[in-house]
Amino acid sequence: MSAIAADTIGNSGDQTSAYMRVATPGVDVTHGVILYLDDITVSFDGFKALNKLSLMIETGELRCIIGPNGAGKTTMMDVVTGKTRPDSGSAFFGQTIDLTQFTEAEIAHAGIGRKFQKPTVFEQHTVFENLELAMKTDKSVRHTLLAGLAATQRDKIGATLELIKLASLAERLAGTLSHGQKQWLEIGMLLMQEPQLLLLDEPVAGMTDDETVRTVELLQALNGKHSIVVVEHDMDFVMQIANKVTVLHEGSVLAEGNMDAIQNDQRVIEVYLGR
Amino acid sequence: MGPFAGIFTRLYGTRGWLALGVLACVLLVVFPVFNLAVPADSPFHISAYWVTLIGKIMCYAMVALAMDLIWGYTGILSLGHGLFFALGGYSFGMYLMRQIGADGQYRVNMPDFMVFLDWKEFPWQWWMSDQFWWCALLVVLVPGLLAFVFGYFAFRSRVKGVYFSIITQALTYAAMLLFFRNATGFGGNNGFTDFKRILDFPITTPGTRMALFAITSVVLIATLLLGRYIVTSKLGRVLTAIRDAESRVMFSGYNPLWYKLFIWTLSAVICGIAGALYVPQVGIINPSEMSPANSIEIAIWVAVGGRGTLVGALLGAGIVNGAKSWFTVAYPEYWLFFLGLMFIGVTLFMPKGVIGVIGSIREKIHARIVTPDLLEKTP
Repeated sequence: MSAIAADTIGNSGDQTSAYMRVATPGVDVTHGVILYLDDITVSFDGFKALNKLSLMIETGELRCIIGPNGAGKTTMMDVVTGKTRPDSGSAFFGQTIDLTQFTEAEIAHAGIGRKFQKPTVFEQHTVFENLELAMKTDKSVRHTLLAGLAATQRDKIGATLELIKLASLAERLAGTLSHGQKQWLEIGMLLMQEPQLLLLDEPVAGMTDDETVRTVELLQALNGKHSIVVVEHDMDFVMQIANKVTVLHEGSVLAEGNMDAIQNDQRVIEVYLGR
Repeated sequence: MGPFAGIFTRLYGTRGWLALGVLACVLLVVFPVFNLAVPADSPFHISAYWVTLIGKIMCYAMVALAMDLIWGYTGILSLGHGLFFALGGYSFGMYLMRQIGADGQYRVNMPDFMVFLDWKEFPWQWWMSDQFWWCALLVVLVPGLLAFVFGYFAFRSRVKGVYFSIITQALTYAAMLLFFRNATGFGGNNGFTDFKRILDFPITTPGTRMALFAITSVVLIATLLLGRYIVTSKLGRVLTAIRDAESRVMFSGYNPLWYKLFIWTLSAVICGIAGALYVPQVGIINPSEMSPANSIEIAIWVAVGGRGTLVGALLGAGIVNGAKSWFTVAYPEYWLFFLGLMFIGVTLFMPKGVIGVIGSIREKIHARIVTPDLLEKTP
């Protein structure tokens, strides 16, 4: 297995890897919009988690979504990734992919990667294997049973290991990583999927200040190469990375704009920042 | 040779292959020679009792391997694997019943229970059952199809955990009640027995017994290697990933349904084959094989040996069944207590089973050899 380490060192990410592309031919973004949510309503036993939510994410954008608990942030991600079906409204990925018609696996395959609030990695597998499993490839049973790992795929994993700064821990079991390292590994797994849209649910939750700084660096490195949606509570973090912020409240958009405008918005101060 | 060598080293290291080689030698050389060639009065003679016992345990070991693939590796606890085993046994048992020919109690070219029930012709289930190849096909098809259809609906509805276990338990119980009925056409509560021949060879001669024993050995080793091939492949890693974090697997673009269905169906087919090898060696199959207790016992074998290790499953099946064959002779009334005690003991004190204990002893010895000074200095 020492070959892995050698590969990792030999490919410190100087070449433009496939996942650096903003969009692959898979999704039609001719109008510059990667995610389009219109009039989405989701209710659980009468409680409206999302109430006529409309939201548009442009290609290559880094958008932060904030809002108090219960504002519908996670439900919105559930709708986008196919975990929850909306009662009404439409959700489109690019121009043509109707997200309400596909399963979680199909949506992931189409190019939407999601990081959960609680870091979710395969704890009994090594860091390297975690990235290998996430890698974009044919994910049918037959292919998975018979496939080996090609040199180019190994390189790709190596480049991602460098990017998430876990190259020296490639052979460690993911379960033994620190909380922050797991968060990065999960982001690395998303990148291996070569998604066009990344959904990150509280990527710095539970991180030390030092780890947060490194995560900011990581996201800034990805900014412009992927379309990214970040849901976060940590306002300092949001200020450091966001160019556009959306505030959710009671299942719909309360305000949208740059950080300054949001901070001075009277309604936002009332429901969220003012507390 | 290149890719082959790769697979070779992927499956086992040098020591692993060596151990497997020794096992194959014992089963395929030592047993036949000491059973057939050494005279019965010699102290080195291996008696028919041992051949049948070890042959039977090897069939159970195959079932344990199948259980480990679905439970140990994929995290799906089936409490109905005895059903697939029994279905394989019944499928092949039909052929053995037809091989009796007119040598039954009633001297009619029909199984005794059918004559007793005053049936004039074979029911539809027995179509082509005098053909070896057809019954051999059924051994694979019947458990495989049932598992595929049942698994498809259960996994598609995302039935998980204890709910899945309970449904499998209900399935095998329902099947047992069905097979108890005479009208089902499989001999009711007596099942099939009194076999005379297999492929026209008399079934009780030492030669035939040893041939069955050897075939079982080969199939067992092949099953072990197949299992090892699967768990060391990327598919094996996906299976354990499903066990540990199914949602992440889904959001990584895999559809867990097909992965679960693949390993579940394969597991059922392995059980079916084990059942088919079991019946001619033990000489009987009846609906009690489908009783819920039997299926639970399979889970105990794997838990005792060590989940998620394959070799552990083999060991567990050997240990529990070895103990069972001794206990049920020496203290028959206490066997179930002992079995329960063993399960509780393993759950409480050996969560990784016998293999886990061996592993930790090994580590301790290793630590002592590598760092004796360090150990002495620590207070």
